[in-house]
Amino acid sequence: MSVAIQVVNLSKAYQLGQIGTGTLSRDIERWWAMKRGKEDPFLRIGEVNERTTLSKSNIVWSLRDINFEIEEGDAVGIIGRNGAGKSTLLKLLSRVTSPTSGTIKVRGRIASLLEVGTGFHPELTGKENIYLNGAILGMRKKEIDRKLDEIVDFAGVERYVDTPVKRYSSGMYVRLAFAVAAHLDSEIMIVDEVLAVGDVEFQKKCLGKLGDLSKVEGRTVLFVSHNISSLRTLCKKGLLLENGYNKLFDTIDNTIETYLNVHSTDNFSSIRGNKNVRIKDIKYNNKRNKIHLSIFDSISFEIQLENDSPKPLAGMELFAIIYDDFGGDVASYFSKDFDQTFEIDKERTIKGKVEFNYKPGTYYLSFGLFDKDKQFLDWVQDTVSIEVEELFFPDKKIFDKRLGKVFLGQRNIEIYD
Amino acid sequence: MSDSASRSLNQQWDLVIKSKAGFFQFNFRELWSYRDLLWLLVRRDFVSFYKQTILGPLWFFIQPLFTTITYTFIFGNLAGISTDGLPQPLFYMAGITAWNYFSECLTKTSTVFKDNANVFGKVYFPRLIMPLSIVLSNLIRFGVQMVMFVILMSIYWMKGASFQFTPAVFLFPLLVILMALLGLGTGMIISALTTKYRDLSFLVTFGVQLLMYATTVVYPLTAAPAKYKWLIVLNPMTAIIETLRYGFLGHGSFSWLSLGISTAITLFFTITGIIIFNKVERNFIDTV
Repeated sequence: MSVAIQVVNLSKAYQLGQIGTGTLSRDIERWWAMKRGKEDPFLRIGEVNERTTLSKSNIVWSLRDINFEIEEGDAVGIIGRNGAGKSTLLKLLSRVTSPTSGTIKVRGRIASLLEVGTGFHPELTGKENIYLNGAILGMRKKEIDRKLDEIVDFAGVERYVDTPVKRYSSGMYVRLAFAVAAHLDSEIMIVDEVLAVGDVEFQKKCLGKLGDLSKVEGRTVLFVSHNISSLRTLCKKGLLLENGYNKLFDTIDNTIETYLNVHSTDNFSSIRGNKNVRIKDIKYNNKRNKIHLSIFDSISFEIQLENDSPKPLAGMELFAIIYDDFGGDVASYFSKDFDQTFEIDKERTIKGKVEFNYKPGTYYLSFGLFDKDKQFLDWVQDTVSIEVEELFFPDKKIFDKRLGKVFLGQRNIEIYD
Repeated sequence: MSDSASRSLNQQWDLVIKSKAGFFQFNFRELWSYRDLLWLLVRRDFVSFYKQTILGPLWFFIQPLFTTITYTFIFGNLAGISTDGLPQPLFYMAGITAWNYFSECLTKTSTVFKDNANVFGKVYFPRLIMPLSIVLSNLIRFGVQMVMFVILMSIYWMKGASFQFTPAVFLFPLLVILMALLGLGTGMIISALTTKYRDLSFLVTFGVQLLMYATTVVYPLTAAPAKYKWLIVLNPMTAIIETLRYGFLGHGSFSWLSLGISTAITLFFTITGIIIFNKVERNFIDTV
């Protein structure tokens, strides 16, 4: 097998702080302030401190000395937390921006699908948009001529090819957009989580098509997703990025394993009260590290308690707090609200489950205990990171971007007709 | 797998992405391979323009027609500025048509990064395609307006007005190319600056308006005040419009020297524009 993509010492730096303010008058104002020895009035403090080690130079390395080789026909999943450099790597590979140092060598044509429907114009018909979008993605007109029927058929919009796309339903629109992208002839495909489009049936079709690209047609596919299960089905290899560094390049299973373990909180950090009862261990879904959920999935938990004193204790109260990725508390639970208390002899377990009706994102769950006098017994923090990752409601509707962290279900809100 | 084996023997890469591009990197072959995109973008501009308006392509005629009427009234009748002995509407329309083409190319090109940040941020294609499509889209409009100009000429000719073609009319294709390149070049230079300073784009619309009065659109070069004449002559659009009027109407200050200077200035702006544009396009998405 020959090498399709060779990446050598690839780095990308973004400059912070001194980035252009955007207007000439502000730049002059800044220059004048600096001239008088004052502070830069437009320095963005939050950004500079983001990565502490390099904060002095105002430069953030989004990617640092990345090296890897991808062979022809490989399907590689790029994994990493938000800010690990996944998007930057895709942008560099698809030539949207250029690297700060290092080289990328490519054999074959690259098609990058960082978004579906780039350049779609609402006034143009479906057919006109197929041509325009195809050409933007690098197809020649006669290639599109040849594939037009296939594209229209795949999208299932035969009846509407001559209708302006502004009259399309959002489902039809994304189906058409994906169909164009899926029929590119390029040897190398770079795909960013774009397959989360359309209804579930079409999504399956998209996933199947993407799978065919590497497995049947032997094309090289680079795929970025947060969705572990689709990464597992689509990819053979995985590239794990962490803070801009290449942490691991291995089989997809090993990479996913490492990714999940790196971010599990191995250390049980707890704030002990001065009493003898403590939380010994907590298991979630029979696991102890990272958990991936769909929206409305529940997590079952098992809290093991231990009593060091010879005396049994009664009237204990359990509490739970859910934090988001930024440490903000999203929700809390106190068992006393429901007149539920617990007693312990030597040791015991408390079992339960919690439903996650939260927007996709990362959450942390924390449990604690009070005694009957509201005195603190134990509090375990950040025991598990919970990734709510599916973008779909149970009834297959798309979860569009909306405000808030919590989804109000039918139990929470009632509308009188 | 004999194909891939033979390919691995000669370690030929189709694409090498490096941190720094050459000073003047102009991949014409790549640009050429995207010619279909260029054509489709021109088509998109045209189709979307007339689909979104009630009067459709009529707008191509209405705007220069009404401007010509207004100028005839204000500059011709009220201010009484000379038109080199030509019928006023013909004189103004020649200037307006040419000026419109240049200024449209310039203003649209100057915002090309801002207008297309969305597309540029997602897909790679030679960025030069976008400004080129602007220049070509406007060429359609310009062509339609030139037809209208010729119709107006024939109306005046039948009425017995005195003007005639001169051999300089054969320079017309050159004039069109010069206008396109000038608009493209200056537009690209400004577009590079506007990625850093958004407020420059306000200056552009305003600046182009002012620049029109430093060009022989509403007055002939012969009527220009002697004090500022050098400035007006130095303006590359002056020579272009004067040549156009001389070619089609037989009146105007045509000279090979000023057209030559105009060409030199135009080429300078075009090349500078391409260099700056290429430099900016590589990283502009980081600063948008």
